[in-house]
Amino acid sequence: MAPTRKPRLAVFKFASCDGCQLSILDCEDELLAIAGAVDIADFREASRAVLEGPYDLSLVEGSVTTAHDAERIKEIRKQSKALVTIGACATSGGIQALKNFSDVEEYRRVVYARPEYISSLATSTGIAELRGCPISKAQLLEAVGAFLQGRAPNLPNESVCNECKRRGNVCVMVAHGTPCLGPVTQAGCGAICPAYNRGCYGCFGPQATPNTKSLVVELKTLGMAPPGILRLFRTFNANAPEFRAASEAAAAEATPP
Amino acid sequence: MTERTIAVDYLARVEGEGALKVRIQDDRVEDVQLKIFEPPRFFEAFLRGRSYLEAPDITARICGICPVAYQMSSCHAMERALGMTVAGPVRDLRRLLYCGEWIESHVLHIYLLHAPDFLGYQDAIQMAGDHPEAVKKALELKKVGNSLMTLLGGREIHPINVRIGGFYRAPTVAELRAFRPELERALPLAEETVRFAAGLDFPDIEEDYEFVALRHDHEYPMNEGHVVSSRGVKVTNDRWEDEFEEVQAPYSNALQSVHKGKGSYLVGPLSRYALNRDHLTPRADRLARSVGLPDIVRNPYKSIIVRALETVYAIEEAMRIIDQYHRPEHSFVEPPPVTTTVTGSATTEAPRGILYHRYRIAPGGIIEDARIVAPTSQNQKRIEDDLRHLVERSLKLDEVTLTDACERAIRNHDPCISCATHFLKMDYVRQ
Repeated sequence: MAPTRKPRLAVFKFASCDGCQLSILDCEDELLAIAGAVDIADFREASRAVLEGPYDLSLVEGSVTTAHDAERIKEIRKQSKALVTIGACATSGGIQALKNFSDVEEYRRVVYARPEYISSLATSTGIAELRGCPISKAQLLEAVGAFLQGRAPNLPNESVCNECKRRGNVCVMVAHGTPCLGPVTQAGCGAICPAYNRGCYGCFGPQATPNTKSLVVELKTLGMAPPGILRLFRTFNANAPEFRAASEAAAAEATPP
Repeated sequence: MTERTIAVDYLARVEGEGALKVRIQDDRVEDVQLKIFEPPRFFEAFLRGRSYLEAPDITARICGICPVAYQMSSCHAMERALGMTVAGPVRDLRRLLYCGEWIESHVLHIYLLHAPDFLGYQDAIQMAGDHPEAVKKALELKKVGNSLMTLLGGREIHPINVRIGGFYRAPTVAELRAFRPELERALPLAEETVRFAAGLDFPDIEEDYEFVALRHDHEYPMNEGHVVSSRGVKVTNDRWEDEFEEVQAPYSNALQSVHKGKGSYLVGPLSRYALNRDHLTPRADRLARSVGLPDIVRNPYKSIIVRALETVYAIEEAMRIIDQYHRPEHSFVEPPPVTTTVTGSATTEAPRGILYHRYRIAPGGIIEDARIVAPTSQNQKRIEDDLRHLVERSLKLDEVTLTDACERAIRNHDPCISCATHFLKMDYVRQ
């Protein structure tokens, strides 16, 4: 009997900080087991070896911000039987999406003295997902493991509040009056911010049914003004629709017509 | 007349996207370009209009490998702007967090990115086929760095516990003490790493670097000290711009730094070690001597030994901090209100070298202007110089061998391209 071919795993990167693909290398206890279960076909951060596609599973980090990258992601999709976007940059444009709220020409002048060298599209496009900035290693292992077992991954879309309660944290908003995006943010991080005495800043993006309007009322009760509320929703998932709507509502309030 | 080019389109085992192009005419190196094609990420622009309190979380997103460096440089710059002083246990906790990042980043580079070059493997996974115990120990050591970051920072990538003035939550003495056994287990692994690195085969090459690093009166530098160089620079760490400047190369999405009127210089482990060797712990000092490491290392390939030595240092320093820790009454110093326009700048030692931040903050605390100079953009020109010398020495080599040699020469400096674009593509042109 011919040996069964191992699935081909590829890891691709677009505009990003490399943190989510680093999460793979940070699975110190599982890395060699993963490497044993798949053929790593393309993972430039970790290896010089490159196998041609097609790939059985592609993990894609980063957001698409140039015309060249927009073509690259199309080719990667064509070459990939399954594709998982890893992290906020890939799922919602990440921090790069902040330029969607501003004039790109101006950004270029601020950072680079000779702006004509830079080729950059005017908007970032999120590509389907493991949430988080960065992703959770547990969710990464769940997604890759589920793929290898041929089942759907178990990735809860409940809110951080549920995780927070299970962790036994005291509610920072109720007990300390600390503004917190936990009620509207998707679980997965383990509610770490409240566990460290700070409010959630939404790095896993909106949960399935986020009531941002109700939360904004509460944030105002705690004394937050619209510009602060705008900034709170406009960080690492600024282009996720529900967070975008909340920040735009705050923007409208901050600058009345 | 013959022209040839050497090209590496996508450098592997570096963080971010980059490439290299070398053009050779009649056995003369005409041009070396280390290209950064990681798309521009506009962080300085994103920071405008944000609260100064947001800078540590936002700038951390420049780099997933060294987020603590961004958090530390931004905190120190803001605190300088506001006239704040952070001392005592909170200062020590910052150093402890930096120890975690140095361990994690150095061990990642030593074993997963750099060692395969010396041992002839494509990657650490392939290396694990022949050296399973070495790779397992490497991962165990790396994990200790990450666990320390998770303990103090909430998670290893983009820690959530750092704020202007200190931390949201200071760990208890019991929490830190409970971590000490992990450091005790890590120390012999790190010492073994120094001996492993020193036992590798090194090309017999020395470069005439201007070393630039922080130097502190009493300790191996992380958060504090003067910016000093092996050629006589000494300025307080907020005065980086007095001595250095950034220029944009047309072929790159990143800015390159030069020592004004002088040219390229080197930051990172070789520089820190050359300028601060006297502040190593006695154990790290003895270890350096026992493996025959000179007081100044000018061979860039031997940076792998220095990273290992700094890993030993960071583990010992972490144990020292844990042993004398008392939980502070307040986990942070409360910042004063911002009532006038203020500016502040600071340089700290990221694993790859000094990282400079400068901010101007308007009344009410909104950032008006930000400037960030990453270690890799400071090293980029110096890496090009290394490459030019390498190619000049190696013109008789065939393309494949020469291209591999160029890639290795780049990885010596652990470039982080994500950082430099706030960096790399190789085309090699032979004429």
